[in-house]
Amino acid sequence: MPPIDVLTPTSPDEAVAAFGDGTGVVVLGGGTIVVPEMTYGRLKPERVLILGRSGLAGISRSGSTVTIGAATSVADLVGLSAPLGPCAANVADAEIRAQGTVGGNLCAGEGPEAPRGDLQGALLALGATVRSAGAGGISSDPLEDFLPKRRSRLALDVSFEEPAAGAFANLDRPHTHDYTALAVSGARAADGTIRLAATGAGWWGLRLPSAEAKAGDPEAAGHAALADVQLADDALASAWYRGKVLPVLVRRVLVQLKEIA
Amino acid sequence: MNLTVNGVAREVESGPLTPLLFVLRDELELTGAKAGCQQGGCGACTVLVDGEPRRSCLTPLIAVEGAAITTAEGLGTPEDLAPIQQAFTHHYAAQCGFCTSGLMLAAQAYIDHGGIDDRHAIQEALSGHVCRCTGYVKIVDAVAAAARGDEFDLTVTAGSSGMTTGGVR
Repeated sequence: MPPIDVLTPTSPDEAVAAFGDGTGVVVLGGGTIVVPEMTYGRLKPERVLILGRSGLAGISRSGSTVTIGAATSVADLVGLSAPLGPCAANVADAEIRAQGTVGGNLCAGEGPEAPRGDLQGALLALGATVRSAGAGGISSDPLEDFLPKRRSRLALDVSFEEPAAGAFANLDRPHTHDYTALAVSGARAADGTIRLAATGAGWWGLRLPSAEAKAGDPEAAGHAALADVQLADDALASAWYRGKVLPVLVRRVLVQLKEIA
Repeated sequence: MNLTVNGVAREVESGPLTPLLFVLRDELELTGAKAGCQQGGCGACTVLVDGEPRRSCLTPLIAVEGAAITTAEGLGTPEDLAPIQQAFTHHYAAQCGFCTSGLMLAAQAYIDHGGIDDRHAIQEALSGHVCRCTGYVKIVDAVAAAARGDEFDLTVTAGSSGMTTGGVR
């Protein structure tokens, strides 16, 4: 077996250059997903791009815009306001949160047993934009457009406008090791627009447009949300159970948003 | 590549993507970190990296180049147990022992970061660690005692001859 080419950029520009068009490159952020994939032989990369010293970590604010570097740890998000802060606090345990990165959470492939990407729902509710590199250079995309092509891009950062109000509700996990079985995030923008999104209701985070259309009536919105999702039967929860819980979580998020003036 | 392991500078030859767990166990022959699930789910391999608890099975060597690593072997010695080891012994917090080193290092970090005798906070700090014997109550008791700074006379801990070492590889 030829030795693996290990790339260790020390600046964002070097990371973009090292990634190139992404062909044959495995990106290693915190390692929480990539390292066990290699340990168990499911992943045999030719080139590994290590982001740990790339300077892509950190949270910055400019006016009401929050920008989070792709190599920022999930732990660093825990103190942020809802929905992202409580969503991050619901990821795994403190040791994993300190190691796993935002970029990995956005870009990882589907897990063998359950969806990954715990943060995607919260960032969709926030209307986040992802800046990424790859074929065609650097581009900025709404997260919804980025997710389908996430495997071929190097995420650089994700940004969003601070909402006027945010809320998060989740199904408790049986153990901290589990990915999010089901969670709903909501945000009300300064102009009053409400965005809702779910994690665990499909293979990546999904907007809930039917529920958003009925946001004024939390009970009706909860049931409407079922039209927006493809509920999975997997190791974490049955589709039947997710279908019973999703309307409850949507209702809770909308009630929380109403309570925040 | 260079590491400081339990206060001693070490030069290691493992490849840059080798998980720290295997560098410790296979190259340095420090078997305190246990190879449990090897996918980040059990906490048996947790060590301290510059004082922070990290799953060594998820951590490629290159990510900890130049760092100070503490394993269970660096906590105390059989003749001079560290306070957290004394607390685990006194409170019978080890059964089969497989989870113990990871738990003690997570507990040590909790206490080093100012953690107090608060069962909820202790459970939160240890929540990534699985005890297959399910002896969680005694483990939390031990960490709470160590956080309080309790002192123990292990010569009179009933039925205990002190913590044995080297039993579980």
